[in-house]
Amino acid sequence: MNIPAELRYTTSHEWARLEADGSVTVGITDHAQELLGDLVFVELPEADKALAAGENAAVLESVKAAADVYAPVSGKVAARNEALSDAPEQINQDAYAAWLFRLVPANPAEFGQLLDAAGYKALVNAET
Amino acid sequence: MPKTTILNAAHHALNARMVDFGGWEMPLHYGSQIGEHHAVRRDCGMFDVSHMCALEIVGPDATPFLSRLLANNVAKLKTPGKALYSPMLNEAGGVVDDLIVHRLSDCRYHMVINAGTAEKDLAWMSGHLADWHLRAELFPMRAGERAVAMIAVQGPNARRKTWEAAPDLRAATESLPPFFGVEVGRMFVATTGYTGEDGFEITLPAGQAEALWQALHKAGAQACGLGARDTLRLEAGMNLYGQDMDENVSPLDAGLAWCVDLASERDFVGKAALLAQGQRAQFLGLKLLEKGVLRAHQKVRTPQGEGEITSGTFSPTLETAIALARLPLGVAAGSAAQVEIRGKWLSAQVVAPPFVRHGKKLA
Repeated sequence: MNIPAELRYTTSHEWARLEADGSVTVGITDHAQELLGDLVFVELPEADKALAAGENAAVLESVKAAADVYAPVSGKVAARNEALSDAPEQINQDAYAAWLFRLVPANPAEFGQLLDAAGYKALVNAET
Repeated sequence: MPKTTILNAAHHALNARMVDFGGWEMPLHYGSQIGEHHAVRRDCGMFDVSHMCALEIVGPDATPFLSRLLANNVAKLKTPGKALYSPMLNEAGGVVDDLIVHRLSDCRYHMVINAGTAEKDLAWMSGHLADWHLRAELFPMRAGERAVAMIAVQGPNARRKTWEAAPDLRAATESLPPFFGVEVGRMFVATTGYTGEDGFEITLPAGQAEALWQALHKAGAQACGLGARDTLRLEAGMNLYGQDMDENVSPLDAGLAWCVDLASERDFVGKAALLAQGQRAQFLGLKLLEKGVLRAHQKVRTPQGEGEITSGTFSPTLETAIALARLPLGVAAGSAAQVEIRGKWLSAQVVAPPFVRHGKKLA
């Protein structure tokens, strides 16, 4: 199972990375992309939108199903990975390189409450 | 415990992602659903469809029985082996199931019914046989010595790869026209399918299935799951039972008027209801003109009123979202429509299915 040690995770299968400038980059895990199958559509959050932790932030659609992506922490949308709208398959190819959006956290303490790699691995093992 | 087909271990060996499909553990895909889809359009794919139920209907009254049971007319089957697609209706004109039946002789037919409806269908057919006092018997080929497996080999290179894997089938199937079937030893090979491509559906004794599957794999047939099967049939404009029609939907409102024989004098179950109701809706295709994916149950707006998507997906061939939809009468192919996706109304175009046939884009 591909679960990079340097990232943090949510119970809803997002990954989050704390950048040097304090922003948080968000994507979905390799496990999540595998469950969804071939992705064909990505709807990203609007720029500057303020999101609460756990709020519906983006939508991914595979051939099979639609899935919501939730904000791991609260904050304002600072960047979106626009390249994904023409190439959603990048998420299947490398879920940790194909980030979805970046947040400027409203409450930096929230990041510390996310799962670490070991915690996420235990969660996936319990689900499968 | 879900039911499994005889090829279950073979699917696991190919790392299939298995899912529950109507009580059967079946492969969804073997890695990439889109890759499998393209393999069928461009080369050759194979599907385990052993969850479906094959049966024989045998007896002196087999023909009058099917003539009264089915909405399409088995009298059209003049040549042995010829296949007929037909809805089987209830008295209210709703669809109990859709099926394919081949005439082997006047008193022997080969039929394939859907997996999820098999028990219900067999009870329905037995009940009518008894009620009508007709001399025919149903022989489902599911258990014991009769147990069969079914492998669909589909794609422009399907015939060639099948003959490479099973040279014994070549002589009997080389000049078999589309929508026919032939018995070859204990196998039944039909030129039918659910993809819009050329190919075979092979029914064979369960014990021989693994060897044929492996031989096809070696010949280069790509193993394909139910995921690709769904996108292929949707592109081909073929209905899926339980989604595009069911017991509460008239075949006339599900795009199946072409296989309901209302022209002849013949009476059949559901005919009176269909004549009384007439057609109440149209069944057409939709192509999404914006980004997104069409899905079943999304609402459709047309100048003639509201409709509903019954099957939707992303078409790997057209690289856009497509759907089959039940729309108000009067909506014409080529006209504009809107589809509601997550609260937004997106632009779509009404098209006449199929979207793709024999590898060619039609819509």
